[in-house]
Amino acid sequence: MDDAGFILGSYLLTFGAMVAFAWRTIRIGRRLGRQVPDEEKHWR
Amino acid sequence: MTTTTPTDHGTASEAGRAGTGTRATRVIGIAAIVMLAWLTLFGLVLSPADRDQGEAVRIMYVHVPSVWLAYLAFVVTAVASAGHLFGRRHSLGFDRFAGASAEVGVVFMAVTLVSGMLWGRITWGVYWQWDARLTTTALLFLSYVGYLAVRSLEGSHAQRARRSAVIGLLAVLEIPLVHWSVRLWRSLHQEATVLNTDLDVQIDGLMLFSLFVGVIAFSLVFLWFVLHRSRAMALADSMDDRRLDLAVAARRAETGNG
Repeated sequence: MDDAGFILGSYLLTFGAMVAFAWRTIRIGRRLGRQVPDEEKHWR
Repeated sequence: MTTTTPTDHGTASEAGRAGTGTRATRVIGIAAIVMLAWLTLFGLVLSPADRDQGEAVRIMYVHVPSVWLAYLAFVVTAVASAGHLFGRRHSLGFDRFAGASAEVGVVFMAVTLVSGMLWGRITWGVYWQWDARLTTTALLFLSYVGYLAVRSLEGSHAQRARRSAVIGLLAVLEIPLVHWSVRLWRSLHQEATVLNTDLDVQIDGLMLFSLFVGVIAFSLVFLWFVLHRSRAMALADSMDDRRLDLAVAARRAETGNG
């Protein structure tokens, strides 16, 4: 495949950004969730 | 003065339950992962090379869904901002949804810009040109970085919501300018292949299907992110309120007015 580095790089960048943002999102949610009682979590 | 902090509810072992996930978000997350795997298969293996772009067309299968997601996120931000500003109750739920959506949009607009640069390096021979589409896209990105900066300013939740809602409603007006920049000005960037104004879709069926898979996958990703982030923002606001209540109670106790 021509230009494989750029093509694979674009996929790695996209999926890497998703994973990093998902990791941060879950981590923040869990940290805050431990400090707030369940009755204040409207999704429960 | 005593230092007061909100109570820690639960232990690390309860972290999963204590977070922002529900059965619905887990289902959405799994569906998104499956669709992303399909996208990778179609984008990198099954779809054909393009007559003009060659293999570089494969970048389109992540670039186009990324910009779709960013546009979707910014439109949702505007709709939720309107819900806050014009709703009878001025609900902070709308504000948090707007903020969460803008965050996701900024991340994917950054992905769009960088994946577009990689495509430009192959197709045009340069990473960046001060072309109408690229420049307006960069301005749109910076506008929403500004939106997020305004959200983090000092003030009450209601003040934050009102300020950012106004910006969320103004910034979304840039999207038509970005989309039609390739027609309004002479641009290196190609016109829209699928969502063009002539409604004339000239694209190989497998390429169109790969793009479709990408758009569905990224829409699921958006939904997952926005639900988690808006819930995390609700938790953060709740913590702020409790800190304020504790500080007021401590102050009253100190002055003997409690």
